[in-house]
Amino acid sequence: MSLDTILASVASMTAICSALMVIWQRNAVISALFLVLNLGSVAILFLTLGGEFLAAVQVIVYAGAIMVLFLFVIMLLNPAPLKERFASGPVVTGLTFALGVLFVASLMRGVMSLAGAGGAMASVGERYGSTRSVGELLFTAYLYPFELAGVLLLVAMVGAVVLARRQAPGED
Amino acid sequence: MPLVSYISLSAVLFTIGVMGVLLKRNALTIFMSIELMLNAVNVALAAFARHHGGLDGQIFVFFVMAVAAAEAAVGLAIFIAIFRLKKTTDVTEINLMRW
Repeated sequence: MSLDTILASVASMTAICSALMVIWQRNAVISALFLVLNLGSVAILFLTLGGEFLAAVQVIVYAGAIMVLFLFVIMLLNPAPLKERFASGPVVTGLTFALGVLFVASLMRGVMSLAGAGGAMASVGERYGSTRSVGELLFTAYLYPFELAGVLLLVAMVGAVVLARRQAPGED
Repeated sequence: MPLVSYISLSAVLFTIGVMGVLLKRNALTIFMSIELMLNAVNVALAAFARHHGGLDGQIFVFFVMAVAAAEAAVGLAIFIAIFRLKKTTDVTEINLMRW
């Protein structure tokens, strides 16, 4: 087994376990910290797929910015940890998990047909997934979507400020 | 790792995210489950990009991250507004749209 495969397997296991812990925990802060672990292991998976730029963006934007925003809001609201782990009783929860297993099984059927069609990875050059090659593509073929993403972020920022703003007295 | 393992991992992570949205009652944890689902899709996109040897899939992941950032900012702002009104993040108690 190559180092790449070992790294990817360990990262996959960590990703699945931390994802399960996210939905198992009662305390939102602990859930958020496990989500950070999950995002970190997905960044390692991106690295094994040759996406060094993506891995860096994943750590900086997701695990850095978005999760800090999450933790900040959790601390700001400071909700008391809920007594119940899940919204429904054990029967409904068990049924939902059973449905989830069925869902994974049906997805796996499609994935396995993919394996029959030849699931080998293409051989790629040294520059695959580097900041330079991704950037070149982003500023040529995907220039308009890129600009639109900038507008979307601006709209979201203004929207978030307006939504979270405290209503001034006398203003309706 | 072959393509099939990455796609299987993506399917499992996505399903865990769906379970979280369906089962949790804390609005913030539901939101984190949505992030889990977005991430699962990102893994699949990057794996297929590597499979085909092109970079377009990675560009898609980049855009998904941008949308996720926008969605997280607006969603958390909505939670702050709701919390100010109802003093709870329990989704079973938030029924403002029901009369």
